[in-house]
Amino acid sequence: MTLDIEQANQTAVQRMTSARPMLTGVALARDVIPGLREGLLLHAGPPIEWERMSGPLRGAVIGAVLLEGWAEDEASASRLVERGEITFEPCHHHGAVGPMAGVTSPSMAVYVVENSTHGNRAFSNLNEGYGKVLRYGAYAPEVLDKLRWMNTEMAVLLADALDTSDGLDLKALLAEALHMGDEGHNRNKAGSLLYLKLLAPAIARVAKDRVAEEKVLAFLGDNALSVLNPVMAACKAMADAAHGVEGSTLVTAMARNGTDFGIRVSGLGDQWFTELAETPDGLYFSGFSADDANPDIGDSTITETAGIGAFAMAAAPAIVSFVSGTPQDALNATLEMYEITTAEHPSFTIPSLDFRGTPVGIDIRQVVELGLTPRVNTGIAHKEAGIGQVGAGLVRPPIAIFEQALVAFADRYNFS
Amino acid sequence: MTQILSERRPGAYYDSIILMRLQSALAKLPAVMDAGVAMATAANLALLESNDLLPEGATVAPEDLLVVVKADSAAAAEAALSEVDNLLDRRRAGPGSDYRPRSLENAAKMLPEASWVLVSVPGRYAAEVAGRALDQGKHVFLYSDNVVLADEVALKRRARALGLLVMGPDCGTAIVGGVCLGFANRVRRGTIGLVGASGTGLQAVTCKIHRLGAGISHALGTGGRDLGAEVAAVTTLQALELLGRDTETEIVVLISKPPSTTVASQVLAAAQRVGKPVVVEFIGYPPPGRRLGNICFASGLDEAAELAVELAHKGRSDEHCLLDTSSKATPNEGRFVRGLFAGGTLAYEALLGFRTFLQPLYSNISVSNVAADSVHPLTDPTRSVAHTVLDLGEDEYTVGRLHPMMDQDLRLRRLRQEASDPEVGMIVLDVVLGYGAHADPASELAPVIREISAQHSIDVMVLVIGTEDDPQDLEAQVERLQQAGAIVFRESFEMVAAVHRRYHSPAPEEPSVPVSLDGLAAPIAAINIGLETFHEGLLAQEAPVVHVDWRPPAGGNEKLAAILRRLRPQTE
Repeated sequence: MTLDIEQANQTAVQRMTSARPMLTGVALARDVIPGLREGLLLHAGPPIEWERMSGPLRGAVIGAVLLEGWAEDEASASRLVERGEITFEPCHHHGAVGPMAGVTSPSMAVYVVENSTHGNRAFSNLNEGYGKVLRYGAYAPEVLDKLRWMNTEMAVLLADALDTSDGLDLKALLAEALHMGDEGHNRNKAGSLLYLKLLAPAIARVAKDRVAEEKVLAFLGDNALSVLNPVMAACKAMADAAHGVEGSTLVTAMARNGTDFGIRVSGLGDQWFTELAETPDGLYFSGFSADDANPDIGDSTITETAGIGAFAMAAAPAIVSFVSGTPQDALNATLEMYEITTAEHPSFTIPSLDFRGTPVGIDIRQVVELGLTPRVNTGIAHKEAGIGQVGAGLVRPPIAIFEQALVAFADRYNFS
Repeated sequence: MTQILSERRPGAYYDSIILMRLQSALAKLPAVMDAGVAMATAANLALLESNDLLPEGATVAPEDLLVVVKADSAAAAEAALSEVDNLLDRRRAGPGSDYRPRSLENAAKMLPEASWVLVSVPGRYAAEVAGRALDQGKHVFLYSDNVVLADEVALKRRARALGLLVMGPDCGTAIVGGVCLGFANRVRRGTIGLVGASGTGLQAVTCKIHRLGAGISHALGTGGRDLGAEVAAVTTLQALELLGRDTETEIVVLISKPPSTTVASQVLAAAQRVGKPVVVEFIGYPPPGRRLGNICFASGLDEAAELAVELAHKGRSDEHCLLDTSSKATPNEGRFVRGLFAGGTLAYEALLGFRTFLQPLYSNISVSNVAADSVHPLTDPTRSVAHTVLDLGEDEYTVGRLHPMMDQDLRLRRLRQEASDPEVGMIVLDVVLGYGAHADPASELAPVIREISAQHSIDVMVLVIGTEDDPQDLEAQVERLQQAGAIVFRESFEMVAAVHRRYHSPAPEEPSVPVSLDGLAAPIAAINIGLETFHEGLLAQEAPVVHVDWRPPAGGNEKLAAILRRLRPQTE
């Protein structure tokens, strides 16, 4: 019997696009994320050890250790880590994703997203907003105070609010946001407002304290990235539905840990293919330059994996400056991604391309053949812990990881 | 009778704009009165009901897509429902996009109406690119050279099985439906169609035709190796057959460098089947005669153009090139022809004519280089082999006897010898009259001819050279030969043509799928991979064209490219 790769890929992409991610709740990570035990920290990207971690990831690790109360101060937290008493595993190994450093610890609150089509679940932490935040490696007392408020007061309110609903249809939200100028990765302004609109009545229904309610609503509304984390979990739920299809060459995870860029392939199990991550090419906030940039970091590339983000750039002309200029460039960015994908998304469509579906289902064969890597829209982190975002722009994964995956696929399926 | 049919698609989510567009497209289909397309939410179901579009007893869930069609017959409603997928897939081209696709597959999506792909990438990549164009159902104009011969053969055979053309490799020139592909001249449109294994040959002839006031329907290139023994004229045969069916084409011109002999006979047989006058110019190759049925042989490109234009002016009914297209003679396949000539030059001319369709062919005449591959030397002059043409005036036969124009003894004995060979089906002779020749050749030949045609059912063809004033009495000579059963000719080409009618080659062994005439029909849209100038040429002609920003697969990494080839769907 010969392996039908085309058929396997159709199966995989069909699973990815027919998945229906529903935001069903907010819970403590330790209560819902499988295998998240004391002493374990989840992080963005492929596996990495402390010695090779970049500044922002190290900072986030220190912050999480402090948040969990595993150490009293930075120095003792560092010693704890260096003694090897903290274990690190990728979020992706636990059905989770996190933006930037993506560090997720047991007492953090996380979104729970269920794929109602296939039954799998995915998780993501809550978005902290801008400025000094843990995901960029900040761990000052006010950073941890905000996290504590989020993980308790806000999380409880969100959890209660979601409990009163049948779940929030993130796929429908994304489809609508793409028609409102979002691409779902770097621009989530419209999606975040839709998210607030959907949540607000439920929050009002369950809130017992007007002041707390106002604070949560303002926090969600002021943060144009509020919906990014549920969207990432939704993309993870969709991508995971496509993972593990025998004989499929489609990419089901792309992630960066600030040092390495890694991918996983549907038909190649849990193996990562990694190479040093590149530094994004983009625009910098005032006072910063490319010299300040950390190599590419974060699990947010799960959006491109699922067919949005840079792949839906044509939907988001408002942020064309990140791809060097004109709305035509934005269109071309999306058109280019059709070259390396197997399908057009039935649900995520782009008005300016005559409602053509977004390119979805990255095929490692097409990437290698054309020498054309996926585009990624991304925020740029400062290379030192705790300074935060310094810009935004475009990055591509190294071609070598797709080549490695192709060779591994040929070996695994006896095509060598 | 009004019928409402519906289809439920569980869990199929589409944007409402897509659904509204689908609904309006369905409503415009023939015999459809109304259509409703919606996600089956309570509100949408109520709306369908109020429009009298709710199918009875339908069980639906809110996440189902419901497609309802009301038509004046069940068949019309079913036909409309079967269109749903096509309508959902329909995409208009991107608005004024300057995007350059990187792959042929993507280019084909951008310009689905393109029926031609121009390939001019470096030779070692060209076969793969051309193969993928065939995968997409496109004809290929393959300019690249240095394509491995085996690849050319495989490509063309696959194209033939798919009803597609591969022009090339190393094909620089074509004109399709008035659009120039590659290197071609701006010439008038008209009724003359060309098939050419020579790009500059095509250019020279099309230009000359234009200068003479006539025009071109199509000019199809084949690539220089097409008429070689290995490729066996796959493209030429397809192109001839296609131009035969093409209603715009009234005259066909075939231009080639000297073809391989076996291929030449196949090509000439195909040219006969065209059913239209065909002018053949095999460059630098001695023509087998002026014409063979509907085929006129030109000597030189200019003459080919002149002949074609002359024929075009006269129209298709002209008999100049249509002599005896419908031969009633029984094909004589399987039995050999033996030529017993007294005149050396007559033998040589017969040899040149026969070699295009009689194989294997032997002779005691040493032929020039261009014909050497098609005529084998006879090792034993006393024994004929397969098809044989003998010049009985050569030294080996005249030792101790007179030339056969005077002494027919040897020829008479040889006549009987050939006739007694059961493999022989036809004998060809010449009779040269005039001063110095035998006083009454028919008196000796006629009895033998009568004898052998009666006993062995062998056709005897006699070419008689002479005038009515010759001392032998031309009329009486001819009459006696005819009474003996011989078929008499006064011109060499007529005799060759008559033999050809009995011996023309069979149809090509492998049946081919006819190439659709749609590929020749305007507007011609194309995809260009490789040379930018070809893209510019098409743009200048306002032909719809997409240029592929092509790079070597896997950045030229041969190991990865090999893996990719193995991972691609196998087309063979």
